[in-house]
Amino acid sequence: MASIKNFPKEEYVLKGHAACPGCPITIALRTALKALGNDVTLIVPASCSAVVQSLVPKTSFNVPVLNIAFAASASAASGVAAALKRLGKKTIPVVWAGDGGSYDIGIQALSGALERREDFIYVCYNNQMYSNTGIQRSGATPYGAWTTTTWTGKKEMQKELAEIVMAHHIPYVATASIAYLDDLYEKMKKAKEMEGPRYIEIFSPCPPGWRFDMSKTVEIARLAVQTGSWVLYEAINGKIEFTSYSKMLLKGRERKPIEDWLRMQGRFRHLTEEDIKRIKEAIDEKWKYYMQIYNKD
Amino acid sequence: MMETAISYPTEGGMGKTGTWRIFRPVVDNSKCINCRICWVYCPDAAIKMLMDMPENEGKDIKGIEIDYDYCKGCGICANECPVKAIKMEREEK
Amino acid sequence: MKVIDTGNHIAALAAKMARPEVIAAYPITPQTTVVERLAQYVERGELDAEFIRVESEHSAMAACIGASATGVRTFTATASHGLLLMHEMIHWAALARLPIVMINVNRAIGPGWNIWSDMNDSMAQRDTGWIQFYVSSNQEIFDTVIQAYRIAEHEDVMLPVMVSYDGFILSHTSMAVDVPEQEKVDSFLHEFNSMWKLDSSHPITHGNIIMPDDYMEVRYSMKKAMDNAMKIIEEVDEEYGKKFGRSYGLVEEYKTEDADYVIVATSAIASEARVAIDVLREKGKKAGLARLRVHRPMPFSRFNYDKMIVIDRAVSLGLGNGGIIYNELKSRGDVYGFVAGLGGKDVNYKDIVKMYEMAEKGKEGWYGVEVD
Repeated sequence: MASIKNFPKEEYVLKGHAACPGCPITIALRTALKALGNDVTLIVPASCSAVVQSLVPKTSFNVPVLNIAFAASASAASGVAAALKRLGKKTIPVVWAGDGGSYDIGIQALSGALERREDFIYVCYNNQMYSNTGIQRSGATPYGAWTTTTWTGKKEMQKELAEIVMAHHIPYVATASIAYLDDLYEKMKKAKEMEGPRYIEIFSPCPPGWRFDMSKTVEIARLAVQTGSWVLYEAINGKIEFTSYSKMLLKGRERKPIEDWLRMQGRFRHLTEEDIKRIKEAIDEKWKYYMQIYNKD
Repeated sequence: MMETAISYPTEGGMGKTGTWRIFRPVVDNSKCINCRICWVYCPDAAIKMLMDMPENEGKDIKGIEIDYDYCKGCGICANECPVKAIKMEREEK
Repeated sequence: MKVIDTGNHIAALAAKMARPEVIAAYPITPQTTVVERLAQYVERGELDAEFIRVESEHSAMAACIGASATGVRTFTATASHGLLLMHEMIHWAALARLPIVMINVNRAIGPGWNIWSDMNDSMAQRDTGWIQFYVSSNQEIFDTVIQAYRIAEHEDVMLPVMVSYDGFILSHTSMAVDVPEQEKVDSFLHEFNSMWKLDSSHPITHGNIIMPDDYMEVRYSMKKAMDNAMKIIEEVDEEYGKKFGRSYGLVEEYKTEDADYVIVATSAIASEARVAIDVLREKGKKAGLARLRVHRPMPFSRFNYDKMIVIDRAVSLGLGNGGIIYNELKSRGDVYGFVAGLGGKDVNYKDIVKMYEMAEKGKEGWYGVEVD
């Protein structure tokens, strides 16, 4: 198991970038690039990550970056992959997209690229909303969450993109969290050594978007896993294994109360008892299913 | 004449982002246990481990150095430090 | 070598002979047989390239952008709704200064569904920064695709090129085409050249946030590139002529020297107009033809005729009679405009003779609807 003590010291995210204080994106990207190294091409759709890079003619990302239109990251990556193959280069195309660009507007291109078995890594850093445009609901926004397009709370549950991705039968699918960076690092390393489409989704709490203090980014990410709200797993050739803290939950460790997690975030401030009950039931239901299916040795 | 939107890797792409800070992390290196937690979680890559510095190679040294030119003062380091070696103090203007 | 084949198959053959490394395309009527033929070339090992069978045209252009930015020659083909779905990426390719070459088979836009020739699809892309050719024969399709790569990849241009021709009228009609030897094409085209590329040994970022001053400079440099293209298109065409015995120019003139009225048209309508000119001349009328081959950059300075009759197969509604080329040339003389042939409505030489005679009487408008 990787330990943060052994992470490479190289930094490919340079100091003085444009991310908000406490931003999870650069936490995730620093670790991802430590694992992948710099022989990559990042493909970045419209998103906070496009802003984080800083202003032309300067960039804070010390790897090649192709910024691309919102719906186009997986297809642009397909072109990058094809060209790299022609050139005989080992460089890995890595899409670095948010949940809006992955769950919603980019899902067609993503599905197409996965089905074609393009040789690339697709990373979705999931902050459960359109953060760059100013906190609008996405397909990844959870039930009850306030956004600027769901003022009284979202009425629908989020979808599970990783499960949709798994239906494409690709070599590697993993979920990760910015709180569990050793786990994220390990998953990136595994993905790096594989061929074909690889998908990694990173849970990334956004301080201004979720309405919490910027010092709590990691704490909230951690609690999401500990409450069972976010689950860490990987699927190698379709075989799902829980990892890190989620594995302990699967083995019987008690989940922390979801109220603790909800209470820390302004976006859930208005939730009624009924809402909380519904969220709780959904998590219980999910874990009941996990226990039945995956808790086997 | 700029022909297309090309950018080159530069430290301080947005200038000295340390000016964004309202609270400043202050470290007491005597408490530091070299766990690397603040280093790995820093969204701004503004924390350096003393033990990683070339001049300290081979030395048994504990502690970190915060780059105040770029630290935005989010406070994740202080929040996550397992031995409470980092405190957030209001910036004097 | 003489080949008798359809416009689409000739387009595919020309693309193959230009040796693109990456092709990304999605099928749409009436472009389909371009894609089919290219897939066949690749699968048979006759073309050593990556063929990405994308799930949409938006993705086709995005994939070409990704590949071109990584440093290889690319090709795609589309039509109509495919081109419109691609629109966002068409702008992107030009602003990124990537020398992509694309075939567009002109087809009407729905609703209702109409698969016949109409130029509104590509005319709606005229402000994207792509060089636009409108060609009139299968031979010209071949020659223009080869020329397109030289133009697009020229260091003073670095803009993508779109070659358009009429759906079915050219795409599915067989004509005899003189196809040169591969070595001759190889010696005409240079090694792929690009303005910038993604390379992990020299990392750059392309397309991050750009402030207004820089953005305006980027746009101005595109303007200069488009201005340069005017000269480069002619130079490349001339060199092509020397090597292969055929050249076309920006505007192809026919009997314009003494003409009272010069008909301005593009693509298949221009071919019909050529027949109409002969008929009109037999009738004793001094008719001439200026076939507009290159619509962007627009060769305004070539239009020095006293009286012009412009026939448009595309409209910008709300702008005078709607004719797009008509409106663009209006300031260059006494111009009569006809909108004709939308959605594949037939326009033959007899119709063009009629339009000529109407213009003589000061009449103009939507032919076959408003005036006939």
